[in-house]
Amino acid sequence: MKLLEIAHSRTGDKGDISNISVIVYNMKDYELIADKITATRVKNFFKDIVHGDVLRYEIPSIGALNFVMHGALGGGVTRSLAIDPHGKTLSQFLLEIDV
Amino acid sequence: METIRIGAGAGMETDRLQPALDLIVKGNIDYIVFECLAERTISLAQLRKLEDPSKGYNTMLEYRLEKALPLAYQHNVKVITNMGAANVRAAAELAVKIAAKHQLPLKVAAVYGDDIFSRIDKYYECPLMEKPNLKLGDLKDYIVSANAYIGYEGIYEALENGADVVITGRSTDTALFMAPAIYRFGWRNSLDKTATCAIAGHLIECSAQVSGGYFAVPGKKEVPDLWNLGFPIAEINERGEVFITKLEEAGGCVTTATCKEQLLYEIHDPANYLTPDVIADCSKISFEEIAKDRVKVTGVTGKPKPDTLKVSVGYLDSYIATIEVSYGGWKCVERAELLVASVKKRVEAMYGESVQELRSDIMGINSLLPGRRPPCEQALSEVRARVSIRVKNKRIAEEIIYECGSNVLNGPGGGGGRVESVKRVVSVLSILIPGEDVNINVEYMEV
Repeated sequence: MKLLEIAHSRTGDKGDISNISVIVYNMKDYELIADKITATRVKNFFKDIVHGDVLRYEIPSIGALNFVMHGALGGGVTRSLAIDPHGKTLSQFLLEIDV
Repeated sequence: METIRIGAGAGMETDRLQPALDLIVKGNIDYIVFECLAERTISLAQLRKLEDPSKGYNTMLEYRLEKALPLAYQHNVKVITNMGAANVRAAAELAVKIAAKHQLPLKVAAVYGDDIFSRIDKYYECPLMEKPNLKLGDLKDYIVSANAYIGYEGIYEALENGADVVITGRSTDTALFMAPAIYRFGWRNSLDKTATCAIAGHLIECSAQVSGGYFAVPGKKEVPDLWNLGFPIAEINERGEVFITKLEEAGGCVTTATCKEQLLYEIHDPANYLTPDVIADCSKISFEEIAKDRVKVTGVTGKPKPDTLKVSVGYLDSYIATIEVSYGGWKCVERAELLVASVKKRVEAMYGESVQELRSDIMGINSLLPGRRPPCEQALSEVRARVSIRVKNKRIAEEIIYECGSNVLNGPGGGGGRVESVKRVVSVLSILIPGEDVNINVEYMEV
């Protein structure tokens, strides 16, 4: 099963840090994503762009995880050479991960 | 029960206006807030001010206020905005001029204090937050702006003194929304209420991002009438309950899902959302859809504000030369790759010593997430090749375009849609300064 079947996601940016939320549609799936979608997996998924640490915050009250990826935006939104310097498109890639 | 309704009028520098006007007219709101600054916006505004000292405020200020002020006056809605950007006084003067033109007896407040550029040398020894091995002084020849993120105090004072229009520079996004509720309900000394207001502000500060924007996925997350998205309203009552909603007749939707996505947008540790006014803890927050497009927010608590203020420092960083060409039909990926390889080789051969950084992408394959390859590139019917090159010097960037561009004539077969550009890069880095170093003051202007 793909993560996109049970969760939705949004990317935000601050400087060279990208944060990606993963939020379950149905609270019964929270423990599954909390178990399967680890910071290590997310770091590995984005290994070609994330050069720093990936931290994971848990917000069980809303069935969500928040991944904070350091060194993820090509040196920072304001100077990145990327077509999408904010990394706004990244969340929808992560949803293709297998659960 | 006493309630206050705050409408979001903009979530970015150039956000659309009509949804804001709709809220003023039909939203039964008390305040409309235009939040128009991103990390770099104020640095670019500062450069406009250097070129023309009468400018440096938001480029849509006149357009917005020409349409919004008459309606706001008519419907008894107060206006709060950070459209002052790098020139709060000029923005306030323009607001007064527009009000006078429409014969509106408005009191305009200008909130100062965020701009610390004139004394930036005092902080040269401060480490850069994003690059702790460097000091601010390492950038000193290139700094163009320095603005502290200030809290709600100045706006609060302006409201207390009867301002109808409040214009700030780099106040936090949340402060613009917090001030009216904290003023109305006298919550200055309640950390939990202040934090709740901060989160209410955070939820609507990006305008439609909580009411159906940045959300829709056809077949999975449908948003009604995306073309006609309504901007959100935060309704806060005297008990400290917050409801996020929108105009019934507008497109979009406000659901627990849209609220959850927006809550975590640009938040790092949910237990410690830092603002200059309060540290909000939303690690136990909950959302409840109590009616269609009406979501109740509960469970936010607060901790005392940090001792320091974050200062965004803008500096002239570099120039980026970008070359793009599209390819379609048979072997389009191979031709795009040949273009990229040729441009890279030519840039390296002619300007190698000047190049600080070079990036190449094939749009359609790897421009958004490098490193991934689609399973079947042969199935792609078109791609776009892109090479971007960072150099320090504008003249070199232009020369790279002159000598390595013109890739329709000089590149692989069948290339089209050529775009070549040189962009000045103003970047932003941050330092922390003691909170007491910043003095807020408010100037009032009347029509």
